Amino acid sequence: MYACIYPLSGRPGWLNDFSPLVEFTAPDTVLLDAHGIGTLFGSPENFAAAIHARAQSEGLAVNVALAGNPDTALAAARGFSGITIVPPGAEARSLAPLPLCHLGAPPEIIGILHRWGLKTFGDLTALPIKGVAERFGLEGVRLWKLARGESRRPLVPPHEAPTFSESLDLDYPLTLLEPLAFLLARLLNELCARLESHGLAANEIRLRLALANGAEHVRTIRLPHPMLNSRTFLKLLQLDLENEPPAAPIVKLTLATTPVDPRVVQNGLFLPAVPQPEKLELTLARIAQLVGRENVGAAELIDTHRPGAFRMKHFGLWPDRPAAHTGQPHLALRVYRPPLQARVRSRDGQPVQIEAPGIQGRIVSLAGPWRTSGDWWRSDAWSHDEWDLALAGGTLYRLSRDRSTGAWFITGNYD
Amino acid sequence: MNVPTLLQRFPQMGWKDRSAPVRAPGGITGLELPRGAITEVCGPASSGRTSLMLRALAEATSRQEICALADTNDSFDPASAAATGLDLDRLLWVRCGGNLDHALKVVDLLVHAGGFGLLAFDLAGVRQEIARRIPLAAWFRFRRAIEPTPSILLLVEQQPNARTCASLILETGKQQQHWSGHLLHGATASVSARKPVGAIHTRFDTRAVG
Repeated sequence: MYACIYPLSGRPGWLNDFSPLVEFTAPDTVLLDAHGIGTLFGSPENFAAAIHARAQSEGLAVNVALAGNPDTALAAARGFSGITIVPPGAEARSLAPLPLCHLGAPPEIIGILHRWGLKTFGDLTALPIKGVAERFGLEGVRLWKLARGESRRPLVPPHEAPTFSESLDLDYPLTLLEPLAFLLARLLNELCARLESHGLAANEIRLRLALANGAEHVRTIRLPHPMLNSRTFLKLLQLDLENEPPAAPIVKLTLATTPVDPRVVQNGLFLPAVPQPEKLELTLARIAQLVGRENVGAAELIDTHRPGAFRMKHFGLWPDRPAAHTGQPHLALRVYRPPLQARVRSRDGQPVQIEAPGIQGRIVSLAGPWRTSGDWWRSDAWSHDEWDLALAGGTLYRLSRDRSTGAWFITGNYD
Repeated sequence: MNVPTLLQRFPQMGWKDRSAPVRAPGGITGLELPRGAITEVCGPASSGRTSLMLRALAEATSRQEICALADTNDSFDPASAAATGLDLDRLLWVRCGGNLDHALKVVDLLVHAGGFGLLAFDLAGVRQEIARRIPLAAWFRFRRAIEPTPSILLLVEQQPNARTCASLILETGKQQQHWSGHLLHGATASVSARKPVGAIHTRFDTRAVG
């Protein structure tokens, strides 16, 4: 048996007192699985009365209908007031007087049926099913069976989106990172097991630490590829916390992940091996701990005329593009960061001798000056004169003069 | 005592012949770099060491390999690299800010991470008296770690440091510069093998950027 309650808005918790399987069919309609109610409520009438009484106690005026299939119960609840019990085998007879508007058919079909002079479920079921099928196709057959109370379908319980977050209140404040790692490992194992059971992976881990001083320490680790390895996540969090430790003892920790579809890669047979994403992320985190996060990554040239402009970006997302054509070798510049301040002796505006830390000599060949300037509207505007020069020993340098201060710098060495 | 005698006397040691290493194109004509081994490129400033390194990296990225550069003195110029054809997205650049200890640890981490086609370790800006202080054990460790992999470990420096641990030592000679009036057009660098002696002797032209 199935029970339908109409109208009932929202998702009241008391519905689960009557049945563990509930379908919220429409915003104002609820269906309950009433199989096996005999031991608890006795007859179906008692069950319907109990639901009706409970709704009334909540201040709700509802119709309750019980039938052998969900759609019959639904039509009866919408069409008849109060409590309705549709006995098994009497569905067609019980539903016959209901108007066609309770059929839930598309308006165009209802319009056609009305033009034919059909008003009730009984009128529709009086038509031969073959004729209905010829005129309306499968949809017509479905509606005909619905009107006769012959439709069969299972209930669809609400699907609750799983949460991928774990939280832990601590009995006493934690001051060391090592015991924290044990707790993190436990939470990560649970999270990863849940992700795996849903066939998902994570591309972001968020750690929120509530501190004893009332502040919060929030760390977010973004991964270039979805991963599902709790040990990798734990190591990444450990390295991150060692770099940026919380400022006070920890009283509560919350760990959340962003679930995404796992990465599916089909590598070519003849493509070279690339670093494993998990191992690469750990290596990058360890290197970042040594040299600083801003000093690890892939260089990206910036679209500007400023000499040597680039920015660092996270390494690990290389495009799967075909091999680039490499042209003729270029004379590589080794950049001095910061540029070496130089003392220059000039003749007729051209440098003839330079002196800088570790560099000294007479200039034998010279190209320049090349004037470069830009971003004059910004505080970091530049305006330089640049020369390429060779010293007597054969070493090639790039020399630069700041036009605003007149200071000389050796910016690099051609090698 | 030769190998057959050693094999006869100490069979339990598991002596075996080392097969010839697989070689990969090094970016210039006539140069191939051994995989699973250390290659040293040494020479004075402006001798073409860095151009050769960039060319080898560009060649590796063109084969869709992933490369890494441990830049001891933070002297890598992305613009020069891009002009040489290096795919910057496939190059992990680690700027060590002049800290040699950090650079050695970075190389160690990269060698053990695996999956890199070419690992470049730029020591060219490190003074030779400091580079000499790198313990030999570090080079043995790198060689041992890289041996079973298809990676190439390329050292760029003033003088050879890995020595016995390196399978190939290349020396870049003084460049012949091409000036046209008051314009630097490029240079021609010569590369010769110091170990094995005379195995490679080639030249390559470099063009000035811009």
